[in-house]
Amino acid sequence: MPDSAQIAVLDRVGIRYGAQWALSEVSAAFPAGAVGLLGPNGAGKSTMLKALLGLLKPDSGRISVLDLDVATKPLEIRARVGYMPENDAHIPGMSAVTFVAYCAELSGLPASDAMQRAHEVLHYVGLGEARYRNVETYSTGMKQRIKLAQALVHDPDLLLLDEPTNGMDPKGREDMLALVRDIAHNRNISLILSSHVMPDVESVCDAVVVMNRGRVVMQGPIDALKKPTGRIFEVRVKGDRDAFVDRLRALAFECRETDSEVLRVLMPPGAGADQLFSSAVSVGAQVRHLKPSVPTLEDLFAEALGEA
Amino acid sequence: MPIHRDRYRRREGGVDALGRAWLVIAANGLRILVRRRPFLFLMILAWIPAVVRAVQIYAAANVPSVSQVEFLSITPRMFRDFLNQQDPLVFFLTVYAGSGLIADDIRARALQLYLSRPVTRTQYIAGKAVIVMVALACVTWLPAMLLLFLVPVFAGNMTFVAANLFLIPAISAYSLIHITLSTFTILALSSVSKSRWFVAVMYAGLAFFTHAIFGVIGAAVEGTMFSWVSVFANVTQVGNVLFRMPPRYDTPPFVSAAVISAIIALSIFVLSRRIRPVEVVS
Repeated sequence: MPDSAQIAVLDRVGIRYGAQWALSEVSAAFPAGAVGLLGPNGAGKSTMLKALLGLLKPDSGRISVLDLDVATKPLEIRARVGYMPENDAHIPGMSAVTFVAYCAELSGLPASDAMQRAHEVLHYVGLGEARYRNVETYSTGMKQRIKLAQALVHDPDLLLLDEPTNGMDPKGREDMLALVRDIAHNRNISLILSSHVMPDVESVCDAVVVMNRGRVVMQGPIDALKKPTGRIFEVRVKGDRDAFVDRLRALAFECRETDSEVLRVLMPPGAGADQLFSSAVSVGAQVRHLKPSVPTLEDLFAEALGEA
Repeated sequence: MPIHRDRYRRREGGVDALGRAWLVIAANGLRILVRRRPFLFLMILAWIPAVVRAVQIYAAANVPSVSQVEFLSITPRMFRDFLNQQDPLVFFLTVYAGSGLIADDIRARALQLYLSRPVTRTQYIAGKAVIVMVALACVTWLPAMLLLFLVPVFAGNMTFVAANLFLIPAISAYSLIHITLSTFTILALSSVSKSRWFVAVMYAGLAFFTHAIFGVIGAAVEGTMFSWVSVFANVTQVGNVLFRMPPRYDTPPFVSAAVISAIIALSIFVLSRRIRPVEVVS
C-alpha cells in the first residue's frame, strides 16, 4: 500500500458525454483505507471510477492515483489497481481458474505465478470448490465473487469496487461485505467502494465521498461527518402525519421517513423537542413516540443531497 | 473468520514487463482455437493440397515422365495455383477463427476487463489479430514455403530456387496481404456485433456480394474493368502481379492494391472506434 496519505486525488475534474457533464468541477481526495463513494443512480460514481483508471479522459482538471498522474501513467496505475465492474463481465469460454489466471497474466504476472494466485484468490472469495466450472454457469452471487477475484488476483494496492453487492441475496451480500471488510482492514489494500446502499458503505468504510448530479457534495471521515451539528429525534405521531411533516418542513426542519412509521427529524442547533410537540398540536396530531437519536450515514446523505 | 480466508496473502514477486499483453491474448486465443475439433478439421483439410503438391514435387523431381507433363511440372505458377487453391479454406478459417473474437467479448462485456488492466486498445487488437493471422499463415505462407523448401530437397540441387528467388518475397507478400486483409476485415465486423453468427454472415455477404456485383457489372459492360469492386478479384489481381504473371482482370493492379489498402484502413478505423472501455449510451 502506498505510504502517501491519499491514494487518489481529483482536482477540478470535468468529464462530459456529448453535451452532458457527468462530472463537473469535481475535487476530491481519497485517503488510504476504505472509502465509500456514495450517490444516487446517475450521480457520476461509475464515471469517477473509470476516470481514476484512466479509461475516461477528463475534459478538464487533473487526476492522480497512487501518486501517479492518470494522464501520463495510465498503464502503471492499472497494473497496481484492481477494478470490479458494476455489471456482469467475464471472458467467455473459460473455467473460473483459467479466467482469473488469464486476468493475472494480462496484469503482468508470469504464467506460473498467475495460476497459483488464481487458485489462492478463488479459495479466498469462496469459489474454491467451483473453480473448474465454466463462469457462464455461475449464479449471480458467484459472478460477483469472481469479479472480485479477478480484481484481486494481481495483488493490487488499490481496489475499485463498483456496486459489489448488486443483485445478491442477503446472505451473499453479507458474505461479500465481510470479504471487502477483510480486504480493507486485514490485507493492507486500500479500496474505493461505490454504492448507493448506505448500510454497505457504513459497515465497510472509514471515510466517504458523497456525489450528486456529477458533483461532490460531501466528503470526509464518517465519524467526523456524523458528529451532530444539531439534534435528531425519532418521532411517531397519531393523526395527520402528512400535515405534521409539512409543518416541520415549514419550520426548516429536515424530516425523513423510515421503513416503519417513525420519522427522523433533524433540527438545527437551538431547536428543542418542545417545538415538535407544538407542531403536532398545531395540526391536531399527537406525539406517541419521541426519542433522541444520533446521525446515521443515511441522515448525512439526505442532508447532503438536500443541500446540493 | 472462515479458514479459507487465511489462504490469501500479499504477493511478493514482480510483474513481467508491461506491453506483452498482446502476446498473452494471442497465446490464449490460439490455445483455445487448437482445442476445437472444427478448427483441427479445417487445418487437416487445408494441408491435404500441400501433401498432394509435395507428392507432385517429389514425382517431378524423381520420375522423368512426370516432369514432361506440363501441368505436373514444377514452375512458379504451381505456387501461385497452390495459394489460389487455399483461398476457400482461408475464407472458412477466417470466419471460424475470427468472427467471435471481439463479438464474444462485447457480448460478455469483457472489454472493460481487458482495458481496466495494463492493456492498451492497440495491444488488445494486436493480440486478437495475431490469433487469426497465425491460423491463416498456417494454411498459406507456411505450406507454400515448405513446398518451396522441398523442391531442392527432392531434386538434390538448388537450380529451381536459384532461378526463382523472387518466389520467397512473392509468397510472403501475397500471404501477408491476403492474411492482413482477411484478419482486419473480420475483426472490424466482429467489433460491430455481439453475435458471431451475424458476423460470419456479414463477412460472407461482403465477400460474395461484392463479387456478385462485379459479375453483374462485368456482364453488362462485357469487360473486367470493374473488378476492383470485388474483394476476391482484388486479391487475385495483386497476387498475379506479385508472382510475375499477367493480370487476370483489366483493372490496373495499383487500383486493386489501393482498394485492399482502403479496406484495411477502414477496418482499423472501425476497430479504433468500437474498441472502447466505456460504452457511452446517448
